[in-house]
This record gives sequence, C-alpha cells and structure tokens, in this order.
Amino acid sequence: MPELETITETGEYILNVGPQHPATHGVMHLRIKLDGEIIESIEPVLGYIHRSIEKMSESLTYRQLIQMTSRMDYLSAHINNTGVALTIERALQVEVPQRALVVRTILAELTRLASHQLWWAATGLDLGAVTPFFLGFRDREVITTIFEEVCGSRLTMNYIVPGGLMEDIPNGFAERVNKFLIDFEHHLPEYDQLLSDNEIFLARNVGIGILSKEEALSFGCSGPMARASGLSCDVRKWHPYDLYSSLEFNEVLLTQGDCYARYKVRIREMYQSIRIIKQLINQIPEGEYQAKVKKIIKLPEGEYYERVETARGEFGVYIISDGKSSNPYRIKYRSPGFSNLASLSALATGGNIGDLVAIMASIDLVIPDIDR
Amino acid sequence: MSYLKDIYRSMSSMLSGMQLTGHYFMNFRKAETEQYPDNRLTLKMSPRFKGELTLLHNVQNMHKCTGCSACQLACPNGSITILEKRELTEDGKNKKRLQTFVWQHSMCTFCSLCVDSCPTGALKMEQRFEFTVADRKTLTKTLNKEGSQLAPDLR
Ligand code: SF4
Ligand code: SF4
Repeated sequence: MPELETITETGEYILNVGPQHPATHGVMHLRIKLDGEIIESIEPVLGYIHRSIEKMSESLTYRQLIQMTSRMDYLSAHINNTGVALTIERALQVEVPQRALVVRTILAELTRLASHQLWWAATGLDLGAVTPFFLGFRDREVITTIFEEVCGSRLTMNYIVPGGLMEDIPNGFAERVNKFLIDFEHHLPEYDQLLSDNEIFLARNVGIGILSKEEALSFGCSGPMARASGLSCDVRKWHPYDLYSSLEFNEVLLTQGDCYARYKVRIREMYQSIRIIKQLINQIPEGEYQAKVKKIIKLPEGEYYERVETARGEFGVYIISDGKSSNPYRIKYRSPGFSNLASLSALATGGNIGDLVAIMASIDLVIPDIDR
Repeated sequence: MSYLKDIYRSMSSMLSGMQLTGHYFMNFRKAETEQYPDNRLTLKMSPRFKGELTLLHNVQNMHKCTGCSACQLACPNGSITILEKRELTEDGKNKKRLQTFVWQHSMCTFCSLCVDSCPTGALKMEQRFEFTVADRKTLTKTLNKEGSQLAPDLR
C-alpha cells in the first residue's frame, strides 16, 4: 500500500500526525509530506469519528434530532441547538416569546465565552505554556456550572426546543451571570498579561500561517478565522436571529490573517460577548418561556435553511421536508469547522513543521464538528 | 541598541506573565476544582442535574405512570420500553396499566425528552451520577418498584 510508505520516490518524507495526537484536539489524522523541515503538502484524513448524524437524523423526529447537534460542535452546543430550533420555528412561523429569546441570546454568548476560554487554554498548552490552561478552565468552570444549573448538563445540552426553552430559567440565574461577568472582566486582562504580549508566544504566532481574504473566501472560512483575514462574515450582523438586530456590539475585524490575528479576534470577541450579555442580563422579561408548538412537529413541504454564528463560524441547517412525515426527508448541516480545516493546506504549506501546532491551535478545531 | 531593546522587551513581557503566576502562587485560595471523590459525602449536584432516570414513587409506593408510552415515543434512541397490562377497575372497565418500565441505562443520552413529554410528570432525572457496574446487564433497569401502584387520582 503506497500510503504506508514513509519515503516517496522523490525522497520526501511522509509524516503521519494522529489520529491520536494531542495537537489535533481529537481523532484527526494528517498526512504531511516533508522536505526536511518544510511542509510540502498536508492532507487531513477524516472519518475517524464519523457517526453519520445527518443520516441518523432522518429517522428522528424534529424534537429528537436537536440533541444530536450538541454532539457535533460540543463547545457550541446551545448555539447549534438554536440553529435547528430556529429553522423549525421559521418553517412553522412560530413566534418565540421574548423571554425565551433573551435567555437564548445570553446562553449563546455564554457558550461563545466558554468556547473561547477553552480555546485560549488549549492554545497556551499547545504552545508549551501550562498556566493558561488552568486559568482558562477556572473561568470556564463557572460557566459550565451555570449551564448545569439551567439545563442539567455541562456539555451536551438539550435545552433549546422549537418554540423556546425546555424549562424556565432557575431562580438566581441573573445574579449568577452578573457575578461571573464581574469576575471575568477582572480576569480577562490577565489573559493578555500572560500570553498576548509574551515574546515567545509572539514569535510563534506573528506572521505564521497567513490566510488572505481571497483564500478565506474561496475556502468558505467563517467565524474568527475569516474575520482575522478581514472578511466580514458575522451571521449575527448579516442575518440577525434571536435578538441580535437590537443589540449593540461590534464585529471584530482584523486584516493580518496570521495566527496572532486569529488569536486577537477571539480575545476581542470575548469583550463583545460580555458587552452583549450585559445589555440583556438585567432585563429578562417576565412571561412565557415556550410558545405553543404541537408535540409532533410536521414541517410544511419545502426546503428550509437558517444559519447561526457559533464560536467557530457559520453553522447552517438545511432541512427538506416532504410535508407528510414527522421526520425530515433530508437534513444537512453546514459546520464551520469543516470549511475552516479546508484552509489548512493553504496555511501550512511552505512553512515549518514546528509551526503546524500553532496553526492548528489558531484554527480552533473541534473534530466531531468536522466529522459529524 | 535595538538588540538590547529587544532583550529588555522580551524579558519584561515574560516577567509580567511570571508576575501573574507568582501572584496566584502566593495568594492561593480555595481550590476551584471539585475534590472528588474526597467530597463524595457532601457533594450536591444542582437540582436540575441530569443523572439517573427515576419513576417517582411516594411513601405509599404509588407512582404517576399511566403507561401511555409517550416517553417511549419521545426517546431518540429507544432506551425506554413500556410493558403494559390490562386491569379491571372497580367500576368494571378494562383499562391499560403499566406493568414494567424498562430503562436501558447504557443507551440513554440524558436528553430528558422523556421527562419533558410525560403528561403526568411521573419521571425525573435524579442527581445520582455514579453509574459504574461490573456487569452491563445490570444497566437494564426496571423503574417501577415492586408492588407499586398507580396513584388513585389518575386511575
Ligand atoms: S412515564 Fe409518563 S409518559 Fe411514560 S408511560 Fe408513564 S405516564 Fe406515559
Ligand atoms: S433521557 Fe433521553 S435518551 Fe434517556 S431515556 Fe429519556 S428520552 Fe431516552
């Protein structure tokens, strides 16, 4: 089998990274062709944790398939759930109560914060700094505890249902979030102090893995990845859902397109998320938390596509309904991780093998999201 | 000159990071992590924590499950099987009753769709979370207790 050969005829060395490798953040396999230390070509080999979620969803009802999306990008579980719920709501033309919308938006931004915290922690660890890992997880722990109090799960939630929320928020939710915000605003500058200005970190990130705006566009990158290359693509701005059209926040845009720009975008996005939560947390309106939706949902015949902005980029849900059955005829998820990973060859080819870890950390890979 | 400046800049950036590490080293506080399993006896999960699925029974060993199978239909992976029986009520009607509530613990994804779908509120996800067993057959559980009955107001 040619794939097992480690030296090609022309003398390049084939290096297999993964499927079990700490830097790949999951079971992903990279086949790298090396000329000395220079990467000649790099090819991700996927499928190690493919669970055929899309096919499985075709035999589940609309209520049942939402919990599957928590198992794709598990760091953006609430946002993924919102994506599916949103598609169903818009197809059924259900009006979601204001209270549910506010809570959903708060939870989405908390999810984004938690995801970026974990990414920051893991980035530090990947590049050889251990302290960020502890500090990142210290703050993330508070958010996951809030999630646990709200919906009973820390990672794979199933709280957002078509029409609103599964249960009302618990007492003291706003106080808990407020307390977290106060603490975290105090902690966020520490992130900069520890890592952002660190000389070693800068040397390993600035000017490494440059992605141009055109490349970002052609690979279909989204989220912080594309915004670091100057491509404005925030779904919350371009196709507002939930309450985002009425909120004040900035889309963080940088133009350098290197690893450090991607790092900066995510750090600044955390400030924006805090800003969004602050606008809502003290004004959660009273009232219903769930609109009346039939127990057995049947979408009218047709095709539906909605998108949401997860911590990694644009998550799209495409549903075809035949109008008769209570499960989708076909469902397709557009996951941000897959397109972001596609740019890996553009980022890493021609660079040093040692930079690969920094590049992978800056893409913020979640492999179950890529493989589904 | 710029060489010296570079050295100064990198040293100061690293020292400022070290200063933070030193700050936390000197000012250690209560551990942020759970001291599990040392705190097993005092550890309380939040009220909504999704642990083991339970069919709620009151002190008279009565539950609220009418055997309607709504939870079985709602479950995305077939973890629940409701076995029914027919029972003659006092006024002579032949009614459907719950015989056995089978829950396959090993298949459950803890989505709580079953709890949400139950029209009588008979189910709850309990706080218990230590599930390790030596034999996986024991993970197929019967949730209705021995000799339990349907609560009278639901008969
Ligand atoms: S637990 Fe609830 S939903 Fe399930 S069979 Fe019993 S009454 Fe019906
Ligand atoms: S929690 Fe979900 S997976 Fe588990 S038994 Fe209930 S419906 Fe089924």
